[in-house]
Amino acid sequence: MKHTLICLVENKPGVLNRVVSMFRRRNFNMDSLTVGRTHNPDISRITIVMEGEAGDGKKVVMTLYKLIDVIEVQDVTNIPTINRDLALVKVRTPDAYARNAVTDLCYERGAHLVDIGPEVTIVELAGAEESVESFVDALHQFEIVEMVRTGRVSMGRGIRTMEQRDYKSTRFPTYTPSMNGGSAEHDDE
Amino acid sequence: MKLSGAEIVWECLLREGVDLVFGYPGGAILPIYDALTRYPQIRHVLPRHEQGGTHMAEGYARATGKVGVMLATSGPGATNLVTGLANAMMDSSPLVAITGQVPLPAIGTDAFQETDVTGCTLPVTKHSYLVTRTEDIAYSIREAFYIARTGRPGPVLVDIPKDVQNRVIEFHYPEGELRLPGYNVPGKAHPKEIEAALDLIHSAKRPLILAGHGVLMSGAMEEIRNFAEITQTPVALTLLGKGSFPENHPLCVGMMGMHGTAAANQAIQQADLLLAFGMRFDDRVTGNLKTYSPDSKKIHVEIDPSEINKNVKVDVGICGDLKMVVRQLLPKLQTGQHQEWIGQIRDWEEDTSERDILLQLAAHPDGKLWAAQVIAELFRCTEGKALTVSDVGQHQMLEAQYYPHTRPHSLLTSGGLGTMGFGMPAAIGAKLGRPEEEVWAIVGDGGFQMTLTELGTAMQENVGIHIAIINNSYLGMVRQWQEFFYEERYQSTPLKNPDFVKLAEAYDIPARRVSTKEEIEEAVAWARSIDGPTLIEFVVVQNDIVYPMVPAGADLHAMIRRPKPSESPDFENNPTAI
Ligand SMILES: Cc1ncc(C[n+]2csc(CCOP(=O)(O)OP(=O)(O)O)c2C)c(N)n1
Ligand SMILES: [Mg+2]
Repeated sequence: MKHTLICLVENKPGVLNRVVSMFRRRNFNMDSLTVGRTHNPDISRITIVMEGEAGDGKKVVMTLYKLIDVIEVQDVTNIPTINRDLALVKVRTPDAYARNAVTDLCYERGAHLVDIGPEVTIVELAGAEESVESFVDALHQFEIVEMVRTGRVSMGRGIRTMEQRDYKSTRFPTYTPSMNGGSAEHDDE
Repeated sequence: MKLSGAEIVWECLLREGVDLVFGYPGGAILPIYDALTRYPQIRHVLPRHEQGGTHMAEGYARATGKVGVMLATSGPGATNLVTGLANAMMDSSPLVAITGQVPLPAIGTDAFQETDVTGCTLPVTKHSYLVTRTEDIAYSIREAFYIARTGRPGPVLVDIPKDVQNRVIEFHYPEGELRLPGYNVPGKAHPKEIEAALDLIHSAKRPLILAGHGVLMSGAMEEIRNFAEITQTPVALTLLGKGSFPENHPLCVGMMGMHGTAAANQAIQQADLLLAFGMRFDDRVTGNLKTYSPDSKKIHVEIDPSEINKNVKVDVGICGDLKMVVRQLLPKLQTGQHQEWIGQIRDWEEDTSERDILLQLAAHPDGKLWAAQVIAELFRCTEGKALTVSDVGQHQMLEAQYYPHTRPHSLLTSGGLGTMGFGMPAAIGAKLGRPEEEVWAIVGDGGFQMTLTELGTAMQENVGIHIAIINNSYLGMVRQWQEFFYEERYQSTPLKNPDFVKLAEAYDIPARRVSTKEEIEEAVAWARSIDGPTLIEFVVVQNDIVYPMVPAGADLHAMIRRPKPSESPDFENNPTAI
């Protein structure tokens, strides 16, 4: 299954390297990674999508906490979030007919024409991954010459933000014991 | 006060309470060495190889509980640190390594002796710094020491370019709190976690404590002992947990794992509650995870949250400082009685002692010298009071089996990484840190030769360690695997060795060779009478086997055992045959 993790880190040189190196070292498989600033210039925010088994999300969170520069990590896989992916697609539009068709498609899908040249047109769509996916599918009626996607960025819904807890010592999250007292499951791989 | 970056390094070390450092000079760290001439209160020990230096710093750290410091130059000096840092990382030892780096403008140009050392050591350090401004040196070093010794301790590397060392600035030591928003040191448990743990503890019929290195590091020896005595819970030890609970205590069942006591392993498999205290369920102690302690509830108290539920799923996982957590538990404990369970463990122990090689040899002496006899004699002659430092291999496991430890921090060994060559330099570091201790380095003929250059250090600094080489002319532990699992094809394990006695004498270190059991006592007394380093080579049986053995990945209860005399058909003629 896919896990989505949000990670707040100190905005210092080498931090991204530490995060990525941890994934390689522990043999976790990264699907996409985006990183950028937050409104606090000392903090960067990383969104990671990874492929793994059900328990892996927790393991990665715990291991990320071992990195000194990692301030907070949240596994948002199972909480309500807004997810966005942005695609820039360059399609071949050699004649007016093609240009019109692309324009219509963009209008229909809420995408933008961001650059129109004599040979090619660049279109942009930001949205949930599925809508980006289906938009790209539709663009295949033209010839796609180049494409780039940012990968997922996520934000939890509602008032609870991650930044509110920044720069306060948070205790390491611990496992709440299972109250039913059932015996521990064992790895069955 | 105007100081150079190099001087600031020493100012900061002084403020951390450092009075002894290990290090090896070279171009990129020369300013720091030159500045050392102005800090005569700090003793500097020169190893013969940077790897040896890191092991010395680790031995020093583990013997004293202080942070060990190692300096090295850029490039090859820094890359030589990697094994030592990895060892400290795996065994959670507090180290600070300070390396020189090529000047800032040269970084990234493949300059002479440039290595990306923060990159090379990224996976084997707890944290690292590349200091790019002289103003940042003091902060980095303060943070480095704090991070190295707190939480789950570990090695931290500080890489300082030469021009940053040379620049002179107005220096004020940064007092006040460190700003480490992403670093939290776990402390007490949540009351709910304590309640959940108590429920399991009080309903257990066959409980067992697994005491690891964390007991020693959090200083929870007394708390664990009280816990065990109040609840009458037997205690099994990991290799690095030795010394955390007295092995002569009636509740101690000895070491667990691959070469642990059969009683400890059987107890783990039959327990209905495991109390894992400051240990991390390494594959060398669990064997096959699928069949590991199948009927038990598990409580795991551990300072590193990523260890909880990593290898073994637990019912109650508590991320915290062991000493604090056990102190929370102690006043709420009900006294326990587990006579049946303890009786069962006694039976297993009796079955074990019947198979003991020493008893078998006592009944049927064969005139040869066996490694187990050497260790047992060393134990007897030193009254069990030495600080022993073992290397890696059969002799390490035999040390663990035949030299019971009753005091904390009285055994140092490379557990997690299993680094051959760790023993002798670590013993030097331990002796320098605790000069009042009688320190024995118990090493194999193979591992000793990986870092034997450090005899030079022992000589130059007159470090009074006793080196016991258990010479079986084999990479014995590998030979054992070849015997069991590769149909006795002894590929690349026999050793043609130098004359170790002459070798020691070349370093002006008094040395002797012992090849019978009868000579041991006198030789040990001789070594103990000498003020300064000594070496004894024990020439032992070559085709020895360490029993019991859980093959890698096998079920923990599926131990290969030494046969009982009654089960061995050819016992009269060949008492020690498998
Ligand atoms: C640096 C290193 N290389 C290789 C190994 C693999 N290894 C583990 S034990 C061992 C044999 C050790 O031989 P020796 O030092 O003579 O000790 P013995 O087992 O004979 O007591 C080897 C090669 C290791 N642990 N460390
Ligand atoms: Mg050997």
